[in-house]
Amino acid sequence: MNLSNSEINEMYLDVLKELGNIGTGNAVSALAMMIGRKINMKVPVVKMVKLQEVPEILGGAEIPVVGILLNVEGDIEGFIMFVMSQASAHLLVNMLMGTALNGYSEFTEIEKSALMEIGNILAGAYLTALSTLTGFKMIQSVPQLAEDMAGAILSFPAIQFGETGDTALYIETEIFEESSRIVADFFLIPTIESYQKMLKALGVA
Amino acid sequence: MMEIIKVGMADLNVTSYPNALTTLGLGSCVGVCIYDTKTKIIGMIHIMLPYSWGVKNNTNPAKFADTGIPLLIEKMEELGAAKKNMVAKLAGGAQMFEVTRSEFMNIGKRNVEAAKKVLQEQNISIVAEDTGGNYGRTIIFYSEDGRLEIKTIGKGTKTI
Repeated sequence: MNLSNSEINEMYLDVLKELGNIGTGNAVSALAMMIGRKINMKVPVVKMVKLQEVPEILGGAEIPVVGILLNVEGDIEGFIMFVMSQASAHLLVNMLMGTALNGYSEFTEIEKSALMEIGNILAGAYLTALSTLTGFKMIQSVPQLAEDMAGAILSFPAIQFGETGDTALYIETEIFEESSRIVADFFLIPTIESYQKMLKALGVA
Repeated sequence: MMEIIKVGMADLNVTSYPNALTTLGLGSCVGVCIYDTKTKIIGMIHIMLPYSWGVKNNTNPAKFADTGIPLLIEKMEELGAAKKNMVAKLAGGAQMFEVTRSEFMNIGKRNVEAAKKVLQEQNISIVAEDTGGNYGRTIIFYSEDGRLEIKTIGKGTKTI
């Protein structure tokens, strides 16, 4: 079967959207269980992006954000990164810990742990989805957190793959609970070898 | 009218008085800023990696210290700057995440070291630097007097 590039891209995007949907489904169950309340999530955007475009997606290189980074090893190697605005990160922590919004003061150690745990759960949810679709085994590392300018935070994965690839799978996720709306951007940044492996396993390369 | 010209990631630019150059949100990358003290011609490069050799994806010289810095000097010379009047300032090279798996991962530090080595080979002295740490920086480099303004989140602004 000979397919044009655009057809392949179309197919690939469909698979990625499916990955986003399954991953988000997993994540909703995990988060709802953790919080003990019903939450809703949706995936408004799934696409492949160039790492250099990412700061613009986040609102500019200087925008203060919270980044949670995990290393992925196994059949697919790379990084997972969650990026949230400080406002969203505070809402998420409050949701999780049942506390009221205390302004956007610095996160306490407990709040940071809570955020990293959320990173862990969400990463697990997306990796399980990816594993289901591809059959690949993947292991995630302990998450790390940094609060800083979007450009600075993104420079870490961008540099790691400045040597090889420079493409990330981008899934924008919205979490709703009552009147709260949290937007978290999820980036899967595979090495160039893993990227090709992933495409192949997803049946589009 | 002074214009502030942006330099993107893995990019470089040169300009002359009265303009300024800026790069936003430097993390582990290093901003190398060169100033010609006579002509007030300035140049800035936002390097991501130390060396281009051994790297498959190395078509953009501005990505690396070893290929980018000489290119930056060349562009400044084309504009009328002279190497003997050039001095340099460095900023960036932070370690944004505590990845301790190996020294290799501290790319910020390696970027700073490479930038220094290349500048030394080019006989350009470094007159000021603000590097390392675990925080991001936005820098603005003024042709007026070669001052480099460094903005951070939560750590204020300083000028070197």
